[in-house]
Amino acid sequence: MIESIDTSLVDWSRAQFALTAIYHWLFVPLTLGLAIIMGITESLYIKTGKEFWKYTTKFWMKLFGINFAVGVATGLILEFEFGTNWSNYSWFVGDIFGAPLAIEAIVAFFLEATFIAVMFFGWNKVSKRFHLTATWLTGIGATLSAWWILVANAWMQYPVGMVFNPETVRNEMDNFIAVAFSPVAVMKFFHTVLSSWIIGAVFVIGISCWYLIKKRNQKMALASIKVAAFVGLCASLITAWTGDQSGYQAAKTQPMKLAAMEGLYEGGYGLGLTVIGFVNPDKKAYDDGVKPILYEVKIPKYLSFLATREANGYVPGIRNLIEGGYPLPDGGIALSAEEKIASGKKAIAALDAFRQAQKDGNKEAETKARKMLQDNMAHFGYGYIQDVNQLIPNVPLNFYAFRIMVGLGFYFILLFAVLLFLIYKKDLTRIKWIQWLCLLSIPLAYIASQAGWVVTETGRQPWAIQNMLPTNAAVSRLQTSSVQLTFFLFLILFTILLIAEINIMLKAIKKGPEGEASTNI
Amino acid sequence: METYLFLQHYWWFIISLLCAFLVFLMFVQGGNSLLFQLGKTEEERSLLLNVTGRRWEVTFTTLVTFGGAFFASFPLFYSTSFGGAYWLWMLILFSFVLQAVSYEFQAKLGNLLGRRTYLIFLVINGYVGPILLGAAVATFFTGSNFIVDKANIGNELMPVISSWANGSYGLDALLNIWNVILGVAVFFLTRVLGILYYINRINNAPLILRCRRSLRMNAIAFLILFLAFVIRTLLSKGFAVNPETQIIYMEPYKYLNNFLDMPIVGVLFLLGVILVLWGIGKTIFSITYIKGIWFTGTGTVFTIVALLLTAGYNYTAYYPSTADLQSSLTLANSSSSEFTLKTMAYVSMLVPFIIAYIIYAWRAIDNKQIDTKELEEGGHVY
Repeated sequence: MIESIDTSLVDWSRAQFALTAIYHWLFVPLTLGLAIIMGITESLYIKTGKEFWKYTTKFWMKLFGINFAVGVATGLILEFEFGTNWSNYSWFVGDIFGAPLAIEAIVAFFLEATFIAVMFFGWNKVSKRFHLTATWLTGIGATLSAWWILVANAWMQYPVGMVFNPETVRNEMDNFIAVAFSPVAVMKFFHTVLSSWIIGAVFVIGISCWYLIKKRNQKMALASIKVAAFVGLCASLITAWTGDQSGYQAAKTQPMKLAAMEGLYEGGYGLGLTVIGFVNPDKKAYDDGVKPILYEVKIPKYLSFLATREANGYVPGIRNLIEGGYPLPDGGIALSAEEKIASGKKAIAALDAFRQAQKDGNKEAETKARKMLQDNMAHFGYGYIQDVNQLIPNVPLNFYAFRIMVGLGFYFILLFAVLLFLIYKKDLTRIKWIQWLCLLSIPLAYIASQAGWVVTETGRQPWAIQNMLPTNAAVSRLQTSSVQLTFFLFLILFTILLIAEINIMLKAIKKGPEGEASTNI
Repeated sequence: METYLFLQHYWWFIISLLCAFLVFLMFVQGGNSLLFQLGKTEEERSLLLNVTGRRWEVTFTTLVTFGGAFFASFPLFYSTSFGGAYWLWMLILFSFVLQAVSYEFQAKLGNLLGRRTYLIFLVINGYVGPILLGAAVATFFTGSNFIVDKANIGNELMPVISSWANGSYGLDALLNIWNVILGVAVFFLTRVLGILYYINRINNAPLILRCRRSLRMNAIAFLILFLAFVIRTLLSKGFAVNPETQIIYMEPYKYLNNFLDMPIVGVLFLLGVILVLWGIGKTIFSITYIKGIWFTGTGTVFTIVALLLTAGYNYTAYYPSTADLQSSLTLANSSSSEFTLKTMAYVSMLVPFIIAYIIYAWRAIDNKQIDTKELEEGGHVY
């Protein structure tokens, strides 16, 4: 009997990683977002000397503390799951991938963990300036940690700075700078961190508006809204720009992801970007000729512009990517998926031959196998693909998640702009509709952020590392039942912790700030 | 020594050091395991919690760094042990998740499960964390049931290179009595460290008296179990590597020979044990002495570093396989490439700077012992 990886093992391992990542990402963006707002309000305390800002800072810091612990706990699981559930991945690319994770811990986590203690326990023990420094260093630590983990994630989308070593049977790093400062990593960092600031801003504004609705703590609420709306507007404008840049990068490095996001099966020149549309449930196969998107409203030429920076540029669709034969930007003609799979299988066979030749001490065969491997290495990962349909990500999920993310992104730009206008030109305490709108917008910020990660991660499928290693070759060899059991244990545990956190948060919000921050205007 | 070989040894030293610091910093867990035994009133429990509560993040971060550094420097260990001993590591991780939230949540209104549940979570982590981590470290000397076959990468249908050779996925470590003995020894050591830390930091006479009484029994239990493990390890066969052929074989008295072949490591081990005993002994015999944690803490770091160096240095397989001896992991066959080790070595130069700012920050907020009054002044109470 030929033993093979059980697809349900891969699915459950993916589900567990997705579950952990989704929960982790409920807490981390608020940590990043609140850090900048606390930093600003405490800086205002030092600058003005007014106790009001101190109490305002302390209030947001209290919510930061409640949120922080669960983020740390879920992050621990995420790091170790690379080993527990993706052990082959850990060996195959650990030489490159482990470094950012280690640097994250050494450079960022200790900074965060050390100064968070000063921030919480040092109010009456260290000087005001030392305390302010500790508050900023806590935020900087969290942001640096985001840098390195996003470097790691960017590398999975766009692997660079490495070479395959047939003797050790793994990829090895040969250019650290290329890994740490890859253009995809830089853009991903700004897009992710700035979008987290949006969550922090919406959170602060939403809670402040609840106080305005309740006619409590108005002074703190209005001051916090001013700070948060300013942060939010700057962050959302930059997020929109980095989003556009990320789309351009995806077109070059992950064209299948872009095609899935657009529901684009038939490529072409001068294509428009779908603003609104519905995925046709009758579309069953990439080559069945059925119209993929119904009731679509498009911005003419914009998809071509996004992908190629030319209004009439060529964008391949899913069918083109599978069947090949379309023109590449470098003037070449794209290979079909079948050709790539055949090339990948040659690479894997060459690796086998190389190892056998080494064992036999046959130098001539070794050189020949090495050459064959090098010639086909670009498609190595395709050798593990059994069917071309595996190469198509989940189109409806990507299509809708992308539109939710972008739509909400533009909604937030508008919301922050309107809010800034109202707070400076009108009396915000009397405008009920905007108070309610801001309060109800809190979950929307989380939905937008999660939708972004859904596009990033499911759009890359079936790859764990783009074009290099599919998930079915990256997984640990475990019993599916073990992974199912840990999945449900995590689901129960994280859900209880989430409910507890929300409950604690609500009580703390209800209690409100102390001192001068608890006054009305 | 050629550069690659040096870097492999350098990184094994860093891993050993991180593991040693982790065991020392698990005084947080050790202290928590005694929460209900030492703290008889809510006020006393609150004091105990707030003392370790200002440190747990650094213990946690050291655990994460230990994992990250192991991944970066010895990725084959990361894939083989974590992917194979799945349940052992998952139980450890679960217990640390419970701990991470419990400090912040336990005293908060609306915490859903009630204060006592979160305190019990801390106690669970106080037992499970040290015992299982200790048992995991013991497998470096006793072996684990796995197979590594890199040729599997060439198998399109089953490309996974590391696999566990039985269905228990790591829980079999607990069937070996010596793993359990070291696990329980580490548990009592963390308790001793926790007690010594409380004695150093808390200003509350009845509570400290209870700590001093508790120290004796925990120290005796630790010493008996630890010495049993060490003597057994030194007298048993070890997993040696032939430097020429890289073939792994069983060598009588391998770990004893390692100490004799590397006298500096042997001296470090003895010095560590003496410091551990000195810190404990002086605290037991002098009722005003509060600095035992410094000696026992430093001794713990020295002892663990020395033990782990004997597991990996001097041509020893540090993660031996009992299922297939030649699958055992050595510094040479499981490390990252020379380029990665070198790059990471530059990063590791930041470590003294990190230790310096941790000491600076801790001194700034720990300028006096903790009592109820200090908690009220502190600004944030767990």
